[in-house]
This record gives sequence, C-alpha cells and structure tokens, in this order.
Amino acid sequence: MATARPAGTSRQSTVTGVILIGLAILIALLLAPDATGDATFRLSRPRDRWPIDPLVVPSGPFIYVIATILAFLGVRQFLRGGARWALLSLGIGLAFAVAAFLVWATAGKAFSMTGMLQATMVRAVPIALGGLAGVLSERVAVVNIAIEGMLLAGAFTGALVGSLAGGIGGLAAAVAVGGIFGFILAALVVTYRMDQIIAGVVINLFVLGLTSYVSSQVFAEYRHLNNAPVFQSVKIPILGDIPVVGPMLFNQNVFVYGALVMVAVSTYYLFYTRYGLRARAVGEHPRAADTLGINVYRTRYINVTLAGMVAGFGGAWFTLGSVGRFDEGMTGGRGFIGLAAMIFGRWHPVGALAAALVFGFADAMQQKLALLQTPIPSEFLAMAPYILTIIVVAGLIGRARPPAADGKPYVKE
Amino acid sequence: MTERTMQNLLQGKALGRTEVEDLVVVPLFAVVMALILGAVTMLATNIDLLTIGRSYVALLEGSVGSVNALSETLTASAPLILAGLGLALGFRAGLFNIGAEGQIVIGGLAAVVTGFSFAQLPSVILLPLSLSAGALAGAFYASIAGYLRAATGAHEVISTIMLNLISYRLLDYFLSLPYVQQTGRSDPISKSVPDAAGLPRLLTALDPNLRVHAGIFLVMIMVVLVYWLLFRSKLGFEFRASGENPKAARFAGMHSGIIIVAAMATAGALAGLAGANQVLGVLGRATPGFSAGLGFDAIAVALLGRSHPVGVVFAGLLFGALEAGGRQMQVNAGVSIDLIGIIQALIIVFIAAPLLVRAIFPWGFRSKKGGTS
Repeated sequence: MATARPAGTSRQSTVTGVILIGLAILIALLLAPDATGDATFRLSRPRDRWPIDPLVVPSGPFIYVIATILAFLGVRQFLRGGARWALLSLGIGLAFAVAAFLVWATAGKAFSMTGMLQATMVRAVPIALGGLAGVLSERVAVVNIAIEGMLLAGAFTGALVGSLAGGIGGLAAAVAVGGIFGFILAALVVTYRMDQIIAGVVINLFVLGLTSYVSSQVFAEYRHLNNAPVFQSVKIPILGDIPVVGPMLFNQNVFVYGALVMVAVSTYYLFYTRYGLRARAVGEHPRAADTLGINVYRTRYINVTLAGMVAGFGGAWFTLGSVGRFDEGMTGGRGFIGLAAMIFGRWHPVGALAAALVFGFADAMQQKLALLQTPIPSEFLAMAPYILTIIVVAGLIGRARPPAADGKPYVKE
Repeated sequence: MTERTMQNLLQGKALGRTEVEDLVVVPLFAVVMALILGAVTMLATNIDLLTIGRSYVALLEGSVGSVNALSETLTASAPLILAGLGLALGFRAGLFNIGAEGQIVIGGLAAVVTGFSFAQLPSVILLPLSLSAGALAGAFYASIAGYLRAATGAHEVISTIMLNLISYRLLDYFLSLPYVQQTGRSDPISKSVPDAAGLPRLLTALDPNLRVHAGIFLVMIMVVLVYWLLFRSKLGFEFRASGENPKAARFAGMHSGIIIVAAMATAGALAGLAGANQVLGVLGRATPGFSAGLGFDAIAVALLGRSHPVGVVFAGLLFGALEAGGRQMQVNAGVSIDLIGIIQALIIVFIAAPLLVRAIFPWGFRSKKGGTS
C-alpha cells in the first residue's frame, strides 16, 4: 500500500515516527533515572467549596509508561502511518512528553494544577487577542505585522488615560487608539499602497519610539500619570466553584471574559453573517468580490480598524489587567507570538484561542518550573515558547492555507 | 525603476526629472516632514519652542558640527550599513529578514569568544579570525530561518523574530558561563577583547577620544563586494530573479531552496560582521543587550536605501548622524533620545509611501502618477 500514498505523506509519517521514538528514548534515558518519589498535583485550593483530593503520581513508573506509549506510537507510524494519523499521534505524543516532563520536575514535590491552569488562561489573553486581530485583518487579505505596535499602543494608552480617568476610561481609550492605528495601517496599505510588511514594521517602530519617548520624557517626571487602577478578578457564582476549570474560566478579570466573548462574536461575524461572508470574499478573491458590488476598500478599512480595536483591548491587559504601570517595550514580542497563534489556529478565531492557550501554557509552565528549581537553566525555559512557535510554524504551514489574496494590494480598475 | 536610476547615477549618466524626484525630492521631503512632526511631538509633551530650536541645533552639531561629531557619526553608521547591506540583499531575494538583531547578537558573541580564546595570536591573524567567526556565526544563525523557509515554507518573518528573542536568552546564558564571564564579576559581562583582536582606532593621533575605527574600511570593502555580488555575479542574478518572480526563476532551472538558504546566510554573515564590528571596534566586550536595537534600525536603513548598496550607505550615514546627534540633543537640550526613534519611523513612512508624500506636497512634483516602487 505504501506506493499508493503520495511521497510527501509517507515522508511525514517517517519524520513523525523518528520524532516520537526520539522523544521516547530521551525520556527513558534522561528523565526516568532521576525520577524518585511521588509527584503530587493539587487539584483544588484549601478554601474551595468542593475540594478534591490531590492527584498523586508515582514518578518513575509513570515516566516509563509514557516512554513506552511514545515508542509504540512512533513504531506504529513507521509501519502503517497515514497522513491523518501522523499529525494526531504527534499531538498526542507531545502532550504525553509534556506530562512526563511535568511529573519529572514535580517528583518528590507538590504542584498546584489549578494555579497553573489559571495562569495559562491569563497569559493566553494578549496572545489570543493579538491572534484574533491577525485573523480579522488577514481574512480581508491585509497582513498585520503591526499587532505588536497596536498592543504596545493599547498598553500605553491604558496606563495614561487609566491614571487620569479610571480603569473603564482607560480601557475605552486603549480600544480607540488601537482602532486609530488599525485605521492608519489600512490607509497606508489600501489608499497609499505601501508594502504591507513595511507598513507594519513602521507602525511598530513608530509606536515603540513614541511610547518610549513619552515614558522617559514625561512619565519619569510626573509619576501620577503612570499609575492606573487594575481590574480585579470577578468570580461568577457557582460556576467559579467548579473544581479545576472553575478558577481558570470563571474567576478572572474583564480581559479574560472579554477575550472569550470577542472570539465567540468574531466567529459568528466571520462565518454566520453576510458581512463576514463579504469580508472573506474580499480576502479570497477581491476582483470577484468587487464585481459583485462589494466595496473592497471599505471592507478592508472596516475590518483592519476592528482588528486594531481588538489589539488595543489586548494591549490594555498589560497595564490595566496586570501591573497598572507602563514600561518601555513591555509587550515583549507577544504580538508576534499572536501572529504565530493565528497561523497555528488556521486563520480561525477559535483556532487562534486554542493556539494561544498552548503558548500560554508554555509561558505559565516556564514560570512555575522556575519555582520548582529544575537543573535546566532558566534561559532555556524562557526560550521554550519561542522554540515552540518556530516548530509550530514550520510543522503546520503546509497544512494551513492563508486567505488566497493575503498580502496583495488591490487596485480597482 | 529606482534600480535603473541608481545604475545611471553610478555610471555618471544624466538624470531625468522623475529620477531626481525619486532620489532627491522624496527623501528630502521625508526628512523635513519627519523633523516637523518630531517638533510637534515635543510641543505636545510640553517642551517650549526655544528648547526645540536648541535641540535641533544640537542634533546638527552632534552629527556634523565637529571632527568629533563626524567621528561619532561614522562610528554609529558602520554597523547600520553592514547589517543594512545584508538586509538589502535579502529584500532583493524576496526575503523579509527581521532577524538582523539576533544575527548581530550571535555574531558579536562569537567574535568576542574567539577574540579572548586565542589572545596569544598576533593581531594579523587574530583580528581576521575574530571577524570571520562573527560572520560565520551570523550566517549560521540566519540560515536556520532560511532552511526552515526552504524546507517547510515557514515564513521567515515569524521565524527570524523568534530567533531574535531566542538570541537574547542565549546571550544571557553564555554570559553567565564561567568560561565567558569576566573573572571576578558577578554581573553578566564577558571577558574583554584583547588589543590584538580589536579594530584599531584611526585618529587617536589627532585626539585620543576620537572613536572612529578601522571598521569603516570593512564597510567600504563590503559595500563594493555586495554591489559586485548583487549586480555582477551569477549568484546575485539568481537572488534578484527569485526575488522578482520566484516562479519564473524556478522554471529557468534555479534551485529556489538553495538560493533562499544562500541569501539568508549571506545576509546573516553581514549582520554577524556588524555585531563583530561593534564588540571589536567600540564596546570591547559583550554585555546583555549590546546589540541595542541595531538590527531593527538596519531594516529601516535597508528600506530607506531602497535595497541598493549605494543607497544603504547614504541611509546608514543619515541614521548614524541622527543617532550621534540625538545623544548630543539629550545632553544639551534634555530631550530624550527616544525622539530619534519617532523621527526615523516617520522618515521611512514617507519614503516607503511615495504616494503619501506626493499627496502632501503636490507642488513638488511634475505630475501625478502611480506607485513608484
């Protein structure tokens, strides 16, 4: 049957098989000998309404079992792997490998699973919103490298206006400023036909320059301008008490709820309304859309501005949602990771959210592992989300298809 | 179009009116507009007109006002031109390499480590060795992104940005290793580069404080080399062909994968040289964040220079002058040097969107016409 499969597919099965077997060997040789004692995962906190017993895993046997499963999956790929199974076994295999790693790091200690999941959600928020902003603008074929700058602008405005007019005013202003930068990006690429990537890079440079300038010129002197209130968590009654996932989903601040609502709304908008259909038509085949009477320019303006507003909201998370203070370049590449989440999520809002949760998990794990004091240098743990991004972008790009007209300017005849 | 303009200019041919507009008028308006908007920004942050005037005078003085200012401008321009050449070459090949920053970090680190590891070698061997170590390390780091693009189609914009972020962590890690860290220091600082590996300063006879160093000769050699590579060699033709029309290049029998990796590696080598130039010529050692955003400014330089080696030289000199003048501005007028970042971004906006400049200054141009790039 092997001859019936296209060459690329069988190569992918082989590669997947090699990766899985390699992981199995690494886990068996590196992690298993070190693991002694039980790993305790706390699933509830002391004052929870419905406490559950912690999950206790004997670390040594668990790691050997995982290594065996991985080896089995890998050998299976070699012998009879199909294209669909390759991706699935790779996903399952990586999840198992992460589980083995967590058990190894926790061996003989205790680790709060609830806190970890809550931190994952919080850290996923700016990435998910950045990814959502990317989805909205790339669906109308405007490549949005400027997400990073829009997040930074949102963070800055949130801190400045939030200090003067309170949290809600700051949030509204951040959304508005994000929208303005979205509009500027649309104007540069749609009306002035500037190269989309250059326009994005320039907006990033401009926002970085402007916010750093004001921050060192003004905030350093007038500290009260950079002291915004922080939105506190709001617990939803009953739902927030559900063990394990309750605190993650229903005991968070306005940004987490906002992100979840926005993902739902934009999925509905893009795939179940006529305006969404028009937007996607503009992204796939602008000439055809134009012929049918859709205003391509206006559609692009509206959607890219909306994307800017979403990114502005996500940017406010950095200040109003966590520390209440703006620092130069505080977004630290989250916008670009958001772009990767968009690709990983196959240009779909829900996919982007799911991908953002994976990145959020990597981010949260890096922080928690630093507390567990593993022998791995913290610099390498900090690299993990970035390496993950590269692997994701390299491994998935062939399967994820961007909107057909993505990145191409449209000139009306 | 701009390409032919540059070629004509180099061969001493007369320039037509449109070409003058493209090469002189647009950049001039761009700089003027950016300075005006910079002044507006200062006004908005409550700086009075007198100080604004003082800061622009300081900007001019600090960049070209004295021998020291010129020396500072050249010193600041050298790495920008080197990295900008690499990026320009990548743009010609259709690769948007955002990764110069990471390549500078890795290149600089390799040059420092080579420098102090073989400190007993004579300068004639050690200096070229350290420089090539930097170039090789940069080339290797960039070709990771090139390989991923060629083999899997992963877009180089994302992978180079990630490699930038990874390079900062790698630098932190290496600076904490006992072999690299300066003995007796607890903070992350590398051992110093021995004098034999340093790029010698050129004008110390005039004044010991003049920092301009032999790196500018390196820049000159590289400008000629990149020009030759791009416009006179087979490989350069392949770079440009696959940048202009990848499909046609593939049908003509060019190996797109190899070309992508080669273009990224060359770009990375030049960025690595820029890093080596900084640590061997200016800083004398590696510290966290020694790249100071040079790789991002170099993107602007390459865009501003329209991806042509000669254009990159002028753009690099302009940005170097703004950098050197900006420091003077901060000292004399107390205006934060971050203002320069705003001015630089605005210059690129106006250069990269000629339609915008034409819309703002309709009287500066003969006729209304479409996009020029």
